[in-house]
Amino acid sequence: MSTNAGITQPRGLTRGLLSVNAWLVYLFFYAPIVLLIIFSFSDNRNVGVWGGFTLDWYREFGDSQPTKAALWNSIQIAVASTLISVVLGTMGALALERFKFRGKQVFDALLYLPIIIPDVTMAVMMLLFFSQIAGWLGLSKGFATITLSHIAFSISFVSVVVRARLAGSDDRLEEAALDLYATRWQAFRFVTLPLIMPGILGGALLAFTLSLDDVVITQFVAGPGWTTLPVFVFGLIRKGVTPLINSVSVVMLLASTALVAVSLIAQRARGGDVV
Amino acid sequence: MTLTEIPETAPELPVQVATPELEATNERNDRRRGFLMALPAFSFLTVFFALPLVLVVVYSFATRNRFGGTDLSGWNTDSYQELGSDLVRQVLTRSLVLAVITTVICLLLAYPFAYYMATRKIGIRNLMLVFVMIPFWTNFLVRNYAWYVILGTDGPLSQVTETVGIGPTRLLFTQAAVVLGLVYGFLPFMILPLYASIERIDGRLLEASRDLYATGAQSFRHVLLPLSLPGVVAGSILVFIPSLGAYVTPEILGGAKTTLLGSYIVTQFLTARNFPFGAALSTVLMVIMLSATIVYFRKGGRTL
Amino acid sequence: MNTTAPTTPAVSIREVTKRFGDVTAVDAVSLDIADGEFFAMLGPSGCGKTTTLRMIAGLEFPTEGSLQIFGDEVGTLPPNKRPVNTVFQNYALFPHMNVLDNVSFGLRMSGVEKKNAAMRAMDLIDLVQLTGMEKRKPNQLSGGQQQRVALARALVNKPKVLLLDEPLGALDLKLRQEMQTELKTLQRELGVSFVFVTHDQEEALTMSDRIAVMHDGELLQVGSAEELYERPVNRFVADFIGQTNLLPATVAENDMIVLDNGSKLLCPNPHAVGSKVSMSLRPESIRIGTRDAIPAPDQGTSLQGVVSDMSYLGHALLYTVKVDGLSLEVRSEPVSADRRFGPGDDVAVWWDRTADWVVPD
Repeated sequence: MSTNAGITQPRGLTRGLLSVNAWLVYLFFYAPIVLLIIFSFSDNRNVGVWGGFTLDWYREFGDSQPTKAALWNSIQIAVASTLISVVLGTMGALALERFKFRGKQVFDALLYLPIIIPDVTMAVMMLLFFSQIAGWLGLSKGFATITLSHIAFSISFVSVVVRARLAGSDDRLEEAALDLYATRWQAFRFVTLPLIMPGILGGALLAFTLSLDDVVITQFVAGPGWTTLPVFVFGLIRKGVTPLINSVSVVMLLASTALVAVSLIAQRARGGDVV
Repeated sequence: MTLTEIPETAPELPVQVATPELEATNERNDRRRGFLMALPAFSFLTVFFALPLVLVVVYSFATRNRFGGTDLSGWNTDSYQELGSDLVRQVLTRSLVLAVITTVICLLLAYPFAYYMATRKIGIRNLMLVFVMIPFWTNFLVRNYAWYVILGTDGPLSQVTETVGIGPTRLLFTQAAVVLGLVYGFLPFMILPLYASIERIDGRLLEASRDLYATGAQSFRHVLLPLSLPGVVAGSILVFIPSLGAYVTPEILGGAKTTLLGSYIVTQFLTARNFPFGAALSTVLMVIMLSATIVYFRKGGRTL
Repeated sequence: MNTTAPTTPAVSIREVTKRFGDVTAVDAVSLDIADGEFFAMLGPSGCGKTTTLRMIAGLEFPTEGSLQIFGDEVGTLPPNKRPVNTVFQNYALFPHMNVLDNVSFGLRMSGVEKKNAAMRAMDLIDLVQLTGMEKRKPNQLSGGQQQRVALARALVNKPKVLLLDEPLGALDLKLRQEMQTELKTLQRELGVSFVFVTHDQEEALTMSDRIAVMHDGELLQVGSAEELYERPVNRFVADFIGQTNLLPATVAENDMIVLDNGSKLLCPNPHAVGSKVSMSLRPESIRIGTRDAIPAPDQGTSLQGVVSDMSYLGHALLYTVKVDGLSLEVRSEPVSADRRFGPGDDVAVWWDRTADWVVPD
């Protein structure tokens, strides 16, 4: 990620301690994940106790209608909010990086806020807003309100990632395209867009993951009978833990790891940076 | 020259000599183009973010009626006065203390880690980075739940401690468990900015300080630490803010006696139905967050 | 290649001004560039030369003034509608496209069908001697090769004028000198006007038919290398082109001038008696010798002084001579060590009556 030769390695005891710390941090990161995977195959109603190998909990997941419905809801919402926020966020990033216009500073600040505002505050905001406004707009609490809320925070993350990519790309390339008889649209289509594509994909991945991750905001704006997978699982955990949660968790875990792996491979294939 | 003949594509040229007015029109068109491009996101965020934000502040001055609803009239500051009550002070203090402890632990773990990472060869560095990113990308809820499983009464940790003879551990539903969950959740937020700022430091500066008779500790104190300060500030804010407003972690790992700000706010809306008070609490959280961010930008931070 | 009457200039700039806010980057510049001419715009950074080039390309619009290409007004035309193409500083090659796609880009954009575009692009790739490299990406090429791709890419549409922004700036010295010759040959073969911007006066002098010297947004002088070198219009041009000694003086009667230190010199010039001027003397046109060695015809154009420093440059000797508070640089043939002067030696310096040149202050 950098060609900086960097800092020389420390020697002796310091180096030993540092490397022990690094291994401990990795142990800390991965031990819980590994244990969770192991226990998802445990044939024991008590989630933290090993009781022999079984696939029962995965079968239960497959048979559980509400779990599958929640999963399907999550996917739909994640796809919809990602698509919309990628378009809006990319356009916003282009406007900020390549143009001057009235209200630019306000827009810039407005784009930063959703990133730094705590989930809970955002959840409160959306709850109050939709309880006031949903009636007027004819929105029922559910798919629409959740998707709109997710877009509201995803736009910002997409635009930050795309902006970083735009700032690193040379705007003279667009001038070169114009000079070579490309129209503005052609210059964007054939030069700018391919160059910022890794940023757009990175932003999309981030938006998708954040949407699949969100519990608090979704819980506040989802109407009765409408739930996403994380909110559903969160409810299960609070009601009383069953091994079903283990298997659902492992599936969610694998899904996000697979997403990241695919994006890493895609980036590497394109010769881009890891986002 | 022998070049493949291609019909020349010289475009037809309308005549218009440049004037300051034409230049101004051209610039205006350019600005309009930029504005139109920003417009979709701008209007979306105005309606679905700025407006809700204002609404929270408005609600914090409203009155709660006898039926558990909220009247947008009879404006008052009752909700803010309620912030002075013992219970709220306890919740606020507890949240702040836990957020600070979480931040400090993250910093202590992440700094040597980021430094070690920055001293590795480039290939190893990138590999280490990928393995920090993976937990960062995995589902937050699932990662908290994993600790629920580990810390449970008959869970693996308890079994280990019992086997070695120090008796079962009873960590679940304690504040320690909450801190553990928060550290686990937010450690990558600390490592990444720290690594970014340490990696940028010119290694020759450290060598120069050693050459000028600084001990290892002195060159850390006077060279490495000041140069990596932007990373320290960025990482601390990125851990502190979500810890302060945390909801999922204390709900899963914390007990009834460890209500934190995030859960307390949620309770006001979903259980107590005291919207004005909940809104006032959210406003306070927002103000803390904004101040922290301003501190960050003052310290020369650029990206979050 | 072009059917326009030879009298129509390729580029004609009339009273063109460009302001960025309060800053005037280009100030009422007028100049003509002839068809088939190798034209350089020279000046220190920030002098307005690049802005002028960008206005010809259409990447900036002039604030006011007329800009014509072969007689057609183009001042407010977008870049994609102008019959000119540009070789950008650091080339601005599209990093995601291979050499062939980079070179055929201009043709594809103007609607040429893919196969034909590729054929013509291959011709250009051959022309710049990159045959066999067409599948490579720009980052797999050396600086010199990238430069050639940029050249081929800009030439593929047969522009009526080729613009080059510091085209050789990113190359090392040896490669730069090679490319100078190649560019010149290419220009002669194609017969197209090349307009190139540089801050390197040597590059401008070697390559161009004519040079425009710019400073602080103003066009100071346009002329051949010889004209600029021998008859600069003011102190700035005299100083910027080559090395020179600039001696402040006042015009006196009878074709004389009086240097500020009181020395009277024979120096015919068109400036009014009493006006303040500077006399420009090139170091290589000054002779140095013992005080009795001044040839009779040069008596009126000589000064007496003391050597204060001598450096051996290999192909020449460089003396610094102090003359009554003035300091003169003198370049002489590399004579053998026993015939050189050293610091402290009393010497005389003189020059041919046609060697000096007076510029107004």
